[in-house]
Order: sequence, then structure tokens, then C-alpha cells
Amino acid sequence: MSTTVYVSGDASALALGADRVARAIAAHASRNGADVRIVRNGSRGMFWLEPLVEVATPAGRIGYGPILEKDVAGLFAAGFLNGGAHGRKLGKVESIDYFGKQERLTFARVGLTDPLSLDDYRVHGGLTGLRRALELAPADIVKIVTDSGLRGRGGAAFPAGIKWNTALGAQSSQKYIVCNADEGDSGTFSDRMLIEGDPFVLIEGMTIAGLAVGATQGYIYLRCEYPHAHKALLAALASAYANNILGDDVLGSGKRFDLEVRLGAGAYICGEETSLLDSLEGKRGQVRAKPPLPAISGLFGQPTIINNVITLASVPIILDRGAQYYRDFGMGRSRGTLPLQLAGNIKHGGLVEKAFGLTLRELLYDYGGGSATGRPIRAVQVGGPLGAYLPESQFDTPIDYEAFASIRGMLGHGGIVAFDDTVDMAQQARFAMEFCAIESCGKCTPCRIGSTRGVEVIDRIIADHSRATNTTLLRDLCDTMVNGSLCALGGLTPFPVLSALEHFPEDFSREAPLPLSAVGGG
Amino acid sequence: MRKTAERIPLKVEMPGSGLPADQKHAVQAALDANRGVAGALLPILHAVQDAIGYVPPGAVPIIAHDLNLSRAEVHGMLSFYHYFRTQPSGRHIVYLCRAEACQSMGARELEVKVKQRLGIDFHETTADGAFTLEPVYCLGNCACAPSVMVDKTLHGRVDVERFEALLVEAAEALK
Repeated sequence: MSTTVYVSGDASALALGADRVARAIAAHASRNGADVRIVRNGSRGMFWLEPLVEVATPAGRIGYGPILEKDVAGLFAAGFLNGGAHGRKLGKVESIDYFGKQERLTFARVGLTDPLSLDDYRVHGGLTGLRRALELAPADIVKIVTDSGLRGRGGAAFPAGIKWNTALGAQSSQKYIVCNADEGDSGTFSDRMLIEGDPFVLIEGMTIAGLAVGATQGYIYLRCEYPHAHKALLAALASAYANNILGDDVLGSGKRFDLEVRLGAGAYICGEETSLLDSLEGKRGQVRAKPPLPAISGLFGQPTIINNVITLASVPIILDRGAQYYRDFGMGRSRGTLPLQLAGNIKHGGLVEKAFGLTLRELLYDYGGGSATGRPIRAVQVGGPLGAYLPESQFDTPIDYEAFASIRGMLGHGGIVAFDDTVDMAQQARFAMEFCAIESCGKCTPCRIGSTRGVEVIDRIIADHSRATNTTLLRDLCDTMVNGSLCALGGLTPFPVLSALEHFPEDFSREAPLPLSAVGGG
Repeated sequence: MRKTAERIPLKVEMPGSGLPADQKHAVQAALDANRGVAGALLPILHAVQDAIGYVPPGAVPIIAHDLNLSRAEVHGMLSFYHYFRTQPSGRHIVYLCRAEACQSMGARELEVKVKQRLGIDFHETTADGAFTLEPVYCLGNCACAPSVMVDKTLHGRVDVERFEALLVEAAEALK
């Protein structure tokens, strides 16, 4: 009988050499006459252990990691196919605290199954949500999503059920489901991991959304920086069509849902929903004024549900287990779980799916293990490049949309980037403005011009040129951007800037590193 | 009654006449493959860049004519999206992540050294035509920063030594 060995095919595992490890295992096995079946699973999300090699044994899945190509001979010598002892042996993967303490609902199958095996998908609970949805009236599906308390996981946290209900009530012969997979926030990779590790759950969630509001066409707008996710999606879509999960007879119901993937082209702004819709229509990704809401007039002017990958991928388990099951996780108005991403200067970086309510400190230290460099964590940016920089005094904030809003921060898409005490927060503030200038769509003036002026003003503050006056000017500029921008890019860029200024003022008042002439007068 | 203005026949020149035949074929194939596709311009530009390596300026009038768009609209797409290029790249494109998670692990210093090593700035190509350097804002590899993508191969925890090895690997891949 063959032994099953799992080596992740996740992009981050590949970036650390997982392909070479899988090839070495196959080569050794064939040389030694060992009957080994290698499955390229998604990642368990413990990236400091990648490339992680798992072996299916009667005692469960035993992990070894991190394993490099050169370690493979040693693994065979140690008898790893039978769970043999080895310096890198981790024991049962489910028993590793980091993984075992999680509450994996949306990511239940990621890392566990073969991402492209529909049999695996079915065996592990796949398609039960869709089958349930096919028995329900559209309004009842929407009610379950509403009752679950699910809020948009892309960052805005708008209640998904309310959005769906608006699209359901809109009258039109053509409606659309659009998945926002333009995961551009630095520090986030949950969309990528999910698409690579369990693409069928996204397809299932979008199909349920189609049934719920009467939409027959869906689009997944995926960023082109994710070639591995693109490959996984294309393969999963082909398989879903071949097995009647998609097409004109969804699971034999006679109902239709078509789904297509479209690639973005390196524009951060296309993660903003209306800009994404313009891009899908074949235009420059420029932000639209709202109203009208996309749920009323979205893609090609038709009623459109546009949701993030994680939002849509959370729908199947809600339909399967019921609204109450999902709602019972979480705190306050933040219900369910959030796949958090520990990134940057962190010892144990990876994906942690937990119910809302744990604190940032627990994530950074209990899960993250402190900084990767071993120095104190000085600042943490939560929620991507538009999120506030938080100092140590705010690490006890619970992971909850309202709690973060109350400290002028945001959870966003759940990305957490840690910085040690070598960070220069004035430079981080400058970068926030620089990034906004590079990625602004140009439609509104506060964002287009304000960001460039912001870089200049911060340069003058750093250079100690009329520091007090320019600091006042920077605050004024931020006020204009917050209140005058059309969308969140210009409207939120001031948050990392102002939080850096507020919590780390000492970084803005150092001795000038450059002569004034080097940064321009003004 | 107003007299109807005399119609002056305009000389209609077929667009894209200056494009080499193989590139013209590639553009035509991209158009044909996306016939009837809603919002086709983005997939068409991707298909052209995939086939040719960039979108030659001569392709713009052909695409515009076919989709009944103005050339300005097609050009506007090319200038808006960072990924599209209108000039050939080097044999390899090195995408260096400049975003926050990578910064926290030394990407700013890596950027300085990569530019020194290659002797070029962002958006430039080395004199031997081997490498084009492009900035990128997140590759989704943020738990293994700093990240670099060479063509479509992603690399994590890249420092100066690792980067040097990547250049050698990329050069060998061509042999």
C-alpha cells in the first residue's frame, strides 16, 4: 500500500523551496522502491515551518519541518514514512498549538486536502452548503447570511446579508456576482492561500450567492501578482464545469451559474469595488461616485454583489451549519471568525483563523512568538497600507471592528505587520503618502495632489525645515484628504501618517539627516 | 433650406500597418480569442503582452479599431495599469516588493543593494539585456519577507546573498 506524503504547493511554500523538496522525495522514493503518493496540499499557514512535509500514518498526519532539499535523504534514513524520529519531527500537525488552538471555519480544508480533488472536497464537507441552498428560496438564503452576522471581510465590514438583500430586491434580467480577489494590502495573503488551498469553496460560495439573488454570471477579479492562485483557479473552474457544479445545470437543479476569472494588471486601486467594476468593464480602474450602490447599478450598470474572497468562501459553511452556528463565534457586532495574517517582522508568521475577540497582543506573542529579529516589537500596522500604526500601549485592543474603529484604527482584511525597534516611523509615514501617490486613480484632487504634497511636507519635517509649521500643514492636508476624497485610498492614507505622528513623535523630531537643499525648499 | 455640405471622402488607412507581421498576428489572435467577451480590453491587453512580451504602440490602433474605441482609450489603459509595458523588457523581469511587510524585514536596504548590483533603477533594463527591475507592492508572501519574484517564480526571505543566487539561477535557466 502506498504512503501519502503531503508537500504544500502554496506560493509561500514554493518560495521557500517546496517544489525541490517534493521532487527530491519522489526521486528518493523511486530509488528505494518506496511506494509514495505525493499530494500538493495548500499550506497549514505556519510559514516558519515551511516547507512542511507531512506523512499520513495510522497515528495521524505527522509533520516534519522546515525541510530543505538537502534534508530529504536524512528523512528517508530516519524512516519518516512510518513517522520515524528526526530532528525536525513536529509530531501530529493538528497538535501543534499554533494550529490546534485555531477555529478554522472558512479555512477548514486548507492544508488538509488536495486543493484540486473534488472527491477530497466532498469527503470533507464540500458542496453540502450548495445542496442546502438549492432547496431554499432565494430570500431564505439571504436571510441565513443576514442572520449569521457575516460582514464584508475585504475591509469595509459591511453586513453581507444587507448587500445581498438589496441585490435580491433589484429588478433586472441580468445580475452579477463579482469576487474581489485583488488582495493588494501588504501583510495580507488569506485570499491567496484560500484560492490556492481550497478553490472549490470560493466557487461554491459564489454559486450560492448567484442562487440567492438570481445572478447567472460571476467574475473573479484576481490580481496578476498571483500566478499560482491563477493556475489553481483555472484548474478548479474547469473541474467544476466538468462536474456540473457550474454551468447550466448546477448539481442537476436546472439552475444556471457561469463563472470566469479575470486578471488585474497591477493597480492597487482596483481593490476598491467601484474601480474594480470599471476595470472589469475594460476601462481604467477609476473610482465611481456612490450612490448608486453596486447592488443596484454595478457591473455594466446591472445589480451586482461584489464581495471579498473570504466573505464568499465563508458562505458555504454558514449554509451547511446554519446561521446560529457561525454567529456563536465572535464578540459584539463582529460575528464569526476572521482569518488573521501575521506578517513582516514576526517569528511565527502565518495564518491564524480565530473568532473575533482575542487581542492583538495574544496574536503577536502567543501565536507570533514576538519579532523575527528578536528585538522588541515597536509598531504594528493592522489593516494594510491604509491602516494605523499602533504602539505597544494599544496591543491589548481586541480583534473587533468597533474596538479598532474606537482607537482610529481598522481591522481591514486582517493583515498584521510587525516592526521592531529599528523602524523609522517618519519614513513609514512618508511611504504611506508615496504609495498613495503611486496608486491614486487620479479622479479626485485630495488624493491625486494631496499625496504628492504629503510626501514633500513630510520630507521638510524630516529635514527640520520650519518643522512646527509644516507639521500643522501636514495635519491640515490630512484633514482635507480624509474629508474630501472620493474613496478609501485618499480617505484613509492619513491614518498611518497621523498615527505615526501621534504615537511616535520622536521619529519626526530627530536631527535633520540631510541638508535642506537635498529635499527642495518650499 | 440649408445646403448639405459636400462630403469629402476621407482616406482610411488600415491601422497597425507599421507592425511586424508576427506581432500583427499576435494582436489579431488576442482580438479573436476575446470575441464576444464582455469588457474585453483588459484580457486582450494581457494576451498581447503574454504573446509579445509587451504591448507595442503599433498594436494600439488595431485594438482601438477592432473594439470601436478611440486610440486614447486604449492608450489610457496602458498608461494606467502598472503591469503593462510598451517597451520590450530584459530576458528576465525582477519584481522587487517595496511594501510594508517587506520593509519591516529590510526591503529598503535590499532595494538599494539590488539597484547597485544591477546598476539600474526601477523600470530600467541592464545593458546586457538580461534583467529588467520593477517595483511591486505586495506579492502575498508577507510572512516570508522580503519577497522577490523573478518572472513568475516567487522567492522568500531574500537577502543580498540569496538575491545573487537568484541571478545565477535565472541566467542558467536560459542556457
